[in-house]
Amino acid sequence: MAATAQTVAQVRDLGKYKHGWETEIEMETAPKGLNEDIVRFISARKDEPDWMLDWRLKAYRHWLTMTEPSWAMVDYPAIDFQGIYYYAAPKNTEGPKSLDEVDPELLRTYEKLGIPLKEQEVLAGVQGAPKVAVDAVFDSVSVATTFKKELESHGVIFCSISEALQNHPDLVRKYLGTVVPYTDNFYATLNSAVFSDGSFVYIPPGVHCPMELSTYFRINAKDTGQFERTLIIADEGSYVSYLEGCTAPMRDENQLHAAVVELVALKDAEIKYSTVQNWYPGDETGRGGIYNFVTKRGACRGDDSKIRWTQVETGSAITWKYPSCILQGDNSVGEFYSVAIANNAQQADTGTKMIHLGRNTRSRIISKGISAGRARNTYRGLVRMGPKALNGRNFTQCDSLLIGDRCGAHTVPYIESRNRTATVEHEATTSRIGEDQLFYCRQRGIGEEDAVALIVNGFCKEVLQELPMEFAVEAQKLVGISLEGSVG
Amino acid sequence: MLEVANLHAAVDGKGILNGLDLAVGPGEVHAVMGPNGSGKSTLSYVLSGRDGYEVTEGSVRFRGADLLALEPEERAAAGLFLAFQYPVEIPGVTNMTFLKHAVNGLRVQRGEEELDAMQFLKLVRQKAKALGMSDDMLKRAVNVGFSGGEKKRNEILQMAVLEPAFAVLDETDSGLDIDALKIVAEGVNALRGPGRSMLVITHYQRLLDYIVPDRVHVLAGGRIAQSGGKELALRLENEGYGAFADRAAA
Repeated sequence: MAATAQTVAQVRDLGKYKHGWETEIEMETAPKGLNEDIVRFISARKDEPDWMLDWRLKAYRHWLTMTEPSWAMVDYPAIDFQGIYYYAAPKNTEGPKSLDEVDPELLRTYEKLGIPLKEQEVLAGVQGAPKVAVDAVFDSVSVATTFKKELESHGVIFCSISEALQNHPDLVRKYLGTVVPYTDNFYATLNSAVFSDGSFVYIPPGVHCPMELSTYFRINAKDTGQFERTLIIADEGSYVSYLEGCTAPMRDENQLHAAVVELVALKDAEIKYSTVQNWYPGDETGRGGIYNFVTKRGACRGDDSKIRWTQVETGSAITWKYPSCILQGDNSVGEFYSVAIANNAQQADTGTKMIHLGRNTRSRIISKGISAGRARNTYRGLVRMGPKALNGRNFTQCDSLLIGDRCGAHTVPYIESRNRTATVEHEATTSRIGEDQLFYCRQRGIGEEDAVALIVNGFCKEVLQELPMEFAVEAQKLVGISLEGSVG
Repeated sequence: MLEVANLHAAVDGKGILNGLDLAVGPGEVHAVMGPNGSGKSTLSYVLSGRDGYEVTEGSVRFRGADLLALEPEERAAAGLFLAFQYPVEIPGVTNMTFLKHAVNGLRVQRGEEELDAMQFLKLVRQKAKALGMSDDMLKRAVNVGFSGGEKKRNEILQMAVLEPAFAVLDETDSGLDIDALKIVAEGVNALRGPGRSMLVITHYQRLLDYIVPDRVHVLAGGRIAQSGGKELALRLENEGYGAFADRAAA
């Protein structure tokens, strides 16, 4: 309740996009463009083992043979891949040991965002609140990692992937690319060649991770594509909840973001991965917004394992994202809860893939799409029941909400079943924000924009309530902010 | 409190109200009765400012201000409340959340400080208790899955929490059995007071057995055809609306 009330204040306080500024921190960049030398430069800067460089180069060479996909329901001008910086890092990042060593300019940036690194008091605000460890990625390099000690005492590894390559190379080598191979798709392959940094998480067998792990990051350097690479491994019988959230500064040129996230859940393990995405969507015509072409996939590799994706997508000019689950282990469970909001000229083509391979595998998809302005919002989902997925079950529910009469919502489900014992259910609805609902709210004294935020938050509730508390609050605010100006 | 003068209003270009005059003083309860299609609901929507209800002539003064110049939420902040004939469902939004937004929405417009969570909770619990409503009902989504009686009681709860200076009750009796009607009427009566006026819009006289009005007006053909004391309601019950409809047409 406090959160939705805050939405009012937030909506009132914010101009168009308050998070639009650029922090002046000196960048050390590689020259623009992409070739083998750049790949070598990135790898050398990070002092990576030879096998890592070889893998990157294989990816780069494969990428040269690929063409950009065009099947998504999104339009954008051709991207000049030679006009992008593939490496940028804040200077003076020789492993700060504490917040005191972090560039004060950077800390101020986080403060402006309302995401200070002093996680407990700020993220939760009260004593006894759940602890949140923050591995903050500023542009391409992780600059501050906290709560390491407590995590270490449980044997949990939570660090940047660069660090993991130095300290835990065998783990990285064993799992990297096993869920999203370097040949997977155009953007994932590009990411494999040039990924700058990202998070690495390993939860040892039987360990219930004692806190939510959280990464906040923003894209910052001008013209710098950001290529995050995240790898999370939950060993047998372990549990982890991971949060990712981001905002970006305003700028004029489109920015490419092509991240890859891989999750591996072994026998009896559970991973919850939550995202709140609020990158700059561009101005009202879509100019200047982020292109978000992301590959996220989890493998339920062991029996009785479980992966849940929860996402709230409000930002970016273009979102192209399908967090998926490969249900290999018997009795494994995949879930996808999504809210995608597209306003003005935003385009979102998002959904999931549930690939049932093992016996008695179950999946659940709840998708809420909200379109306003001239936006286009597409749900695209694949449910595949393999020949050995005996008694596999899927339930899919796709609800679309339209605000105004110039936006569009599309639902594109792909269902493939290769055995007779599987059950696949798909439900879809499309509705409009009711004039009667808006009037009812306004008659009670609730202003129009607050009323829209309230109604939409209600529409999304099933998904928002799956988010951890501290994220749910932020997500509710975002719902209000991102639909600003969509009525009246 | 409320002065309506020569009010003309149209819906989709069709004239519904044709020169309606009405004055309600502080603390007074007036009933507006009329047959179907006489403009009763149009009157309630014109007063509350719903889109699509176009005022073509006349004026409405409310507590000294030009009511028609205000947005719906501003009218609410000025003290106008409409108990809906068909309360609207808002899935996923709890009654509690909705009420909090309403209370603080009004307070912000009036330049008052917002209530914090504790103050608000205390206020709502106290009002709900007085109306015999359970905490469970406060946690349910606004009007979703509510019975007809629960919806109407929910309207009265909102009125109790928002404490308007002027309440329009649009066919609050419709769809209620006699027990539910009594409960709702008791709730309304508990809110009567010198500072609060009400306009009770109804088709039937029976509601007025429980909410006894100071004045009764008969609406026919988009204007007030006759006004009188509470005995007028009884006469209508016996004679029907026919005579008034004829007079309005003449």
